[in-house]
Amino acid sequence: MGPWKAVVYLNQFFGGIGGEEKAGMEPVVRSGPVGPGNLFAELFGPEVEMVATVICGDNYFSEHLEEATERVLALMEGFRPDLVLAGPAFNAGRYGIACGSVCNAVVDRLGIPAVTGMYPENHGAELSRRSVFIVETRGTTAGMREAAEKMSRLAGKLLRGEPVGFPEEEGYLPRGIRRNTFSAETGAVRAVKMLLQKMKGEPFATEYPLPAFDRVPLLPPVDRMSRVTLALVTSGGIVPRGNPDCIEASSATRYGKYDIGALSEMTPESHETAHGGYDPTYANADPNRVLPLDAARDLEREGRIGKLHPFYYATVGNGTSVARCGQFAREIARDLIRSGVGAVLITST
Amino acid sequence: MLLELGIIPVEEIDWGRKTAIDGKALHIHREELIEETRGNDFRIASVRADLARPGESVRILPVKDVIEPRVKIEGRGGIFPGLISGVETVGTGRTHVLKGCAVVTAGQVVGFQEGLIDMSGPGARYSSFSRLLNIVLGIDVLPGISPHQHEEALRLAGLRAAAYLGEACRSAVPESVERFEWPRFPTPVRRDAGLPDVAYVCMLLSQGLLHDTYLYGRDVKSLLPTLLLPTESMDGAIVSGNCVSACDKNTTYHHQNNPVISELLRRDGTDLRFLGTVVTNANVTLRDKVRSAEYAVKLVEMLGARGAVVSKEGFGNPDADAMMICAGLEERGIRTVLISDEFAGSDGASQSLADVTPHADAIVSVGNANERITLPPMERVLGDIRVAEKLAGGQSGSLARAGGLGVELQALLGATNELGFEVLYARGG
Amino acid sequence: MAKEMEREGIPAVHICTIVPISRTVGANRIVPAVAIPHPLGDPCKSKTEEKSLRRALVEKALQALETKIEGQTVF
Repeated sequence: MGPWKAVVYLNQFFGGIGGEEKAGMEPVVRSGPVGPGNLFAELFGPEVEMVATVICGDNYFSEHLEEATERVLALMEGFRPDLVLAGPAFNAGRYGIACGSVCNAVVDRLGIPAVTGMYPENHGAELSRRSVFIVETRGTTAGMREAAEKMSRLAGKLLRGEPVGFPEEEGYLPRGIRRNTFSAETGAVRAVKMLLQKMKGEPFATEYPLPAFDRVPLLPPVDRMSRVTLALVTSGGIVPRGNPDCIEASSATRYGKYDIGALSEMTPESHETAHGGYDPTYANADPNRVLPLDAARDLEREGRIGKLHPFYYATVGNGTSVARCGQFAREIARDLIRSGVGAVLITST
Repeated sequence: MLLELGIIPVEEIDWGRKTAIDGKALHIHREELIEETRGNDFRIASVRADLARPGESVRILPVKDVIEPRVKIEGRGGIFPGLISGVETVGTGRTHVLKGCAVVTAGQVVGFQEGLIDMSGPGARYSSFSRLLNIVLGIDVLPGISPHQHEEALRLAGLRAAAYLGEACRSAVPESVERFEWPRFPTPVRRDAGLPDVAYVCMLLSQGLLHDTYLYGRDVKSLLPTLLLPTESMDGAIVSGNCVSACDKNTTYHHQNNPVISELLRRDGTDLRFLGTVVTNANVTLRDKVRSAEYAVKLVEMLGARGAVVSKEGFGNPDADAMMICAGLEERGIRTVLISDEFAGSDGASQSLADVTPHADAIVSVGNANERITLPPMERVLGDIRVAEKLAGGQSGSLARAGGLGVELQALLGATNELGFEVLYARGG
Repeated sequence: MAKEMEREGIPAVHICTIVPISRTVGANRIVPAVAIPHPLGDPCKSKTEEKSLRRALVEKALQALETKIEGQTVF
């Protein structure tokens, strides 16, 4: 196990280089701990060695976000660290953004744990709390020791591969993810209890706070469909018979791209559904009921559709998370745009 | 109205020369059980019977239904009315229950989606069925039988087996008797007692012949929401015909032991007044969904309820039904709590529900069904291991480690039951 | 999926049965379908009737793609 090697990220102020007048400085490296790094070294003891500190000016970082992140990451990588600690940034917005961006890149690209600390209202927290452990701190440096203690405790667990508790237990900002755990009471008992609280006007806590579904800007209409290539896409699981890509009946991990260039319709002999969430009888008897190839072909022949794209795409929407469906959709869309497709017709069951 | 449940605890189970309860041991005549399970159903080709006990290294898959053996001693009607008994209204008199054991129908898969029960190991923590003494029936049907006929044959066979075992405790002396009296007070008194008036809305999945639920033998697809006594489901008025994701399908056992009804009855007269159960469905057209949601809300309002618990079955499109019901109730000033599971992705980072309304501000979460779990190999597999990759929540590659299974909780029967049967829940991390 | 495709810049119309879900998730052009197991068909109808029903739905979807919208629209 240990001793592990940690690199610390600090801004110009905590790095001891200077105040606002030095905020434009580019990333530099100091060997060993600097400023808050000494506190981390004290808290960890011999278990973790602070091998280096990377320091960058807040203005430089926020004005060259991508480049600064890359440069900081490259400097850190040279030390082959097991852990990165950033900040804590308290309520300093530019510093928070930098800490979040560095930690994000470290987790994502170096595959090692990274922990930072911020005041909940720090703009940087909003930007990176979903992907990075951000310990909740006070708004000012008066909370330095407290923050460093929480950060080092959490980082220690990550290094040792121990399970990380919930935000309230560990002191990090909720990442917006859902984790299973066990209650002392059944769901039914909790439901009746919550109802009585709600009816009496007492405070109650929903166990699933409602999400805000995001929206995309409206796209202008297609000028004339008779001049455009249309692609068919379905989440209804219509696949060539035998399901060659083994798309799962639910919680699909993949989608398929299938040639229909030579087909004028779907038949029970050629296609079937892999979807496990609805009665497959009707779709298997006539797959056009889910992927309307026959009607689309007719309309293509009559000139109402410029051209039908020779491939359709299919996945199974059953139990497949919104995030994953979105990822499939973006990949499919890019593929379609490359192929010159101008519009998409999506069918769902 | 009064139903007495005579509880006959079962702590041991084995094959014997006669089917009978002896103290806390249930002896089962294997051949007779098989014969009774088969009944006169020409569609059934063969029946295998096995026993699976808690702690044993046994995996049962694919599971179609779980049923608790019960027998009607006194009162109108018989167990599982409309399917293997007449259609008289049940829920009064006396019923005996073999508590601690269950009939599990398994074997040849009907649709894509049946789940598994592990009798030991990490998977056993998620399902109450892992803690029961299970009589596992592997039922094969004749080749060429349609899926719908297949489902019906298995459904009825399981009910027959449970009724047959239930008969064994007809003359047994119950260890305890649970009395369910309802309403607890005559109606005029109830209104003035100052306790909150609560109704229960029980959504039943009704999406097609393989994803259906039966009320007194009637397919609830064609149901207009209706009222049920709290005790009717205890006598088997609601039977599952569902071949759908295992984690959140309500088996017949769940309906027989509906935990929301139990809890509302338990607190009836002290903390609340339980006004009754509205059963509604979750159909496949928007028109049907709107009609049923409107109608269910109307019934809750007619009961005079000021609050309601809404339980769900399934996920995806039934989220829309649940949200319509929540919104409808809240708009009428009826405070609502919804029980739902979540499909937040294996990393928990995705949105959990397909549909939401701002009115659904009180949700009890019964867990993220997408969370992954690795199930170690078991010494004995009852059913068919090859089905695992096709299970909802399984993936190709699920069989990667010899005999072990990497699956989502979705594949574990009852793991995220939306009647609130289990203690699992999801929280923000 | 429709939303994410539009995010990439390609117009998409969503034919689906459960319109409220599509609306919640954020599709912008929505065409209501027949039923979950057969969104573009109806097994109770004759083959010919069923196909004209399907064709009508696809045509409606094409029109939706050609229509300028001010916000999420159910056609």
